[in-house]
Amino acid sequence: MLSLNELWFLLVAVLFTGFFFLEGFDFGVGMSTGILAKNDKERRLLINSIGPFWDGNEVWLLTAGGAMFAAFPNWYATLFSGFYTPLVLLLLALIGRGVAFEYRGKVQTESWKKTWDVIIFVGSLLPPLLLGVVFSDLIQGLPIDQAMEMKASFFGDIVNVYSVVGGLTMVMLCLVHGLLFATLRVSGELHDRARKMARTLMVPLAVLVVVFLTLTYFNTSIFEVRGGILAAVIALMLIAFGLAAFFSGKKRDGWAFGMTGAVIAATIAFFFIGLFPNVMISSIDSAFNLTLTNAASGHYSLKVMTIVALSLLPFVLGYQIWSYFVFHKRVHEKHLEY
Amino acid sequence: MDVLMLSRFQYAATTIFHFFFVPVSIGLAFLIAIMETMYVVKGKEEYKDMAKFWGKLFLINFAIGVVTGILQEFQFGMNWSDYSRFVGDVFGAPLAVEALLAFFLESTFIGLWIFGWDRLSKKVHALCIWLVAIGTVMSAFWILAANSFMQRPVGFTLNNGRAEMNDFLALITNGQLLLEFPHTILGAFLTGAFLVGGVSAYKLLKKQHVTFFKKSFTIAVIVGLVTSIGVALVGHQQAQYLVKTQPMKMAATEALWENSGDPAAWTVTAFIDTKNQKNSGEFQIPYLLSFLSYSKFSGEVQGMKELQAEYEQKYGPGDYIPPVRTTFWSFRIMVAAGSLMILFSLYGVYLAARKKLENKNKWFYRMMLFSISLPVIANTSGWLMTEMGRQPWTVFGLMTTADSVSPSVTAGQVLFSIIAFIGVYTILGVVMVFLFVRTIKKGPYEVKPAIEESHDPFDKEGYRHAIS
Repeated sequence: MLSLNELWFLLVAVLFTGFFFLEGFDFGVGMSTGILAKNDKERRLLINSIGPFWDGNEVWLLTAGGAMFAAFPNWYATLFSGFYTPLVLLLLALIGRGVAFEYRGKVQTESWKKTWDVIIFVGSLLPPLLLGVVFSDLIQGLPIDQAMEMKASFFGDIVNVYSVVGGLTMVMLCLVHGLLFATLRVSGELHDRARKMARTLMVPLAVLVVVFLTLTYFNTSIFEVRGGILAAVIALMLIAFGLAAFFSGKKRDGWAFGMTGAVIAATIAFFFIGLFPNVMISSIDSAFNLTLTNAASGHYSLKVMTIVALSLLPFVLGYQIWSYFVFHKRVHEKHLEY
Repeated sequence: MDVLMLSRFQYAATTIFHFFFVPVSIGLAFLIAIMETMYVVKGKEEYKDMAKFWGKLFLINFAIGVVTGILQEFQFGMNWSDYSRFVGDVFGAPLAVEALLAFFLESTFIGLWIFGWDRLSKKVHALCIWLVAIGTVMSAFWILAANSFMQRPVGFTLNNGRAEMNDFLALITNGQLLLEFPHTILGAFLTGAFLVGGVSAYKLLKKQHVTFFKKSFTIAVIVGLVTSIGVALVGHQQAQYLVKTQPMKMAATEALWENSGDPAAWTVTAFIDTKNQKNSGEFQIPYLLSFLSYSKFSGEVQGMKELQAEYEQKYGPGDYIPPVRTTFWSFRIMVAAGSLMILFSLYGVYLAARKKLENKNKWFYRMMLFSISLPVIANTSGWLMTEMGRQPWTVFGLMTTADSVSPSVTAGQVLFSIIAFIGVYTILGVVMVFLFVRTIKKGPYEVKPAIEESHDPFDKEGYRHAIS
C-alpha cells in the first residue's frame, strides 16, 4: 500500500507527465510555426490547431507547482528559489507566448505579426529547454546545504553539458510530438510536410536520446540505486520510439502521436523513478538530500489534499477530454479564431 | 538595496499589475454570461452581438490576467522560500485546490467558448461562459482563503517549527475570508460594470450604435449600483472585524497614535508625522470612527502607541507599526473612489429609468468614461491598505516579512527579474490598452477581413455578403 507521501510523489509525477504530454505538443506546434509554416495562412492554421487547448494544457504545470507547494513545501521552496534565474526565463517565455497567441491576429500588419511570431517561436522553445535542464539537474544532484538551501551557480551547477543535452532532448521530443499532433489537426500539403519533418527529426532525436542516456550513466548515480527498473523504463521508451517511427512511416498518424506521447511519459517516469525516494539530491552530502519524508507536509494536510484531489481529478479529466472531442475535426481556414 | 526590499518591490509591482486584470475578467465574464443567457432566452441577435463585442475586450484582458497569474504562483517559492517552508502545509492546499478546481475550469471552457460558436449548441455555448465565470469566482475564493490565513491565521498548529494544518474547514470558514471574499468579488463585478458603462458612455457620446450601447449602459449601471452599495456594506463589516482581529492595522488606517477616546471621531485628512508619532492639521468628523468600528456612536479605538507596547510584550522587541501614511491614505482613496461610483451609478440608473439616455448628458458620459479608472484605483488602494497595514508580518503574529524572504537568492538575481518583469509588463500594458482602444473604436459590427492570402476578389466579396 502506498503511503500518502508516496501517493503525492506519484501525483506530482502524473501531473508533470500530463503537462509534458499535453503542453509538449503545443510547445512543438508553437516551434513548428517558425520552421514548418511557409506563410501566414499556415502559421495561422498551426496556431489554431492548438487554439482551444494550450491554456488548459498549461494548467497542468500550475497544478503540479501547486501540488508540490501543498504536499512538499520544502521541495517547492528549495527548487523554486534555487532555480531562480531559469524560472524567471521560463515565466517570461510562458507570458510572452500566451499573450502572443491571443494578440497575433488582432492587427493585420506584417510587422505586428512578425513580432508575435518570434515570441511564439522562442516562447515555445525555451520552456522545454529550461525544464529539461531543471529535470536533468535534479537527477544529477545540486549543491544543497544542511538548511535545505540550494546555492547553485548558473553556469556550472545549473547549465552544464549534461543538463543542456537533457534540455535539447526535451526540445526535440516536444517538437516531434507537436509535429505529429499537427498531422492530426491540419490537412493537405501542410499535413504531409508536418509528418515528413517529424520523421526527419526523429533521427537527431534518437541521437540526443542515446547521448543523454549515456551521459546519465556516467554523470548520475541513479542507475546504481535502481538500475533494474530504470532499464525497463528505458526499454519501454525505446520501444515506443521505434513504434512512433514505424507508425508514422505507415501513415498511422494517431498511433504515431500516441507513441511519442508514450516516450514523453517514459521520460518523466525515468526522472521521477531516478529521484525516488528523494525529491532533490544534494551533491554536497547525501544526508542533505530532500526526501519524500523531510520535504513533505504533515499527515493531516496530505490526507485532506488526497480527498480533494482524487474527487476533483475525474471531473477535470472528463471535461478536458470532452473539449478534445468537440474539436476533433481538422482546422479549416474558414474557421480561424486566432 | 537588499534582497528583502527588492523582493517586496517585485511582489507589490507584479501583484498590483496582475490585479488590474483579474477583477475585469471576473466582472466581464459575468456580464457576458448574462448577455449570452439573454440571447439564449430571448433569441435576439443583438444580445449575441453584445456578448461577442464585450467578449473581445474580455479576451484581450483575460490573456494578460492568465499569464501574469503564473508568476504569482511561482513567486512564493522563488522569492519567499522561507515563507513557503513555514506555511506550505497550510497555505499550499488552497493554491493547489485553486489550480485543480478553478484554473482547469476557466482555461478549458474559455477555449470551448472562443472556438465553439459554430460547434456547440446555443445553450451549451452559454453554459461555457458561465463555467468560465464560476471558475474565476472560485479562483478568487481559494486565493483569498490563502490570503485570509495571512491576515488571520486559523486552522493550524505550530509543529516542527512550522505551521501545520489541523482544520481545513476552519481555513475556508475563516471570518476574514467570509468578508474579504464578498468584498473582492463585488468589487470585481463593479469593475466590470464600470468598464462596460464607461465604454458605452464613450460610444453614446460619439452617437455610435446608440441602441446597442444604451442597452449595455443600462445593464452596467444597474449592476454598478447594486455592487457599489454592496461593496460599501461589506466594507463596513470588515472595518468592525478589523478592530477585533488586527487592531494595529485599524489604528494605522486611522493614523491613530493615541487611543481615540470615547466617542471616537473620524479623521478625514491629516498631516502625519511618523517620526514624532503625531498628526497636525487634522480634519475630523465626530462620532464617525465609533460608528465605523462598532456600528454605534460610542466606543474607543486603540491607538498605535499602546498597541506597540502590547505587541512588544507579546512578540518581543521590534517595530510593529506599519507604514502609516500609505495605509491611511490608501483607505481614504478607496472610500472616495467607492463613493463616487455609488453616486455615478445612481445617476446612471436614474437616467436609464427616466429614458433620458439620449438627452444631452455629455458631461456625465465624459465622467463615466473617466470613471473606468475608479474601480481600478479602489481595488489597488484597498489591497495596498490590506497588505501594507499587515506589516511587519506576512502571517499576522506568526512570521515577519523579513524572515520570509529566500536566503539563497541574491540581490542581483532579483534586480534582474524586476527589470525583466517590469519591462515586459509595461510593454504588455501598452499593447493591451492599444488593442482595447482599437476594438472599442471599431465597435461591435466590424467587418471581418477575409484570409489575407486570398487574392480572389469574388472570394472576398462573397465572404462580406455572407456575413452582412
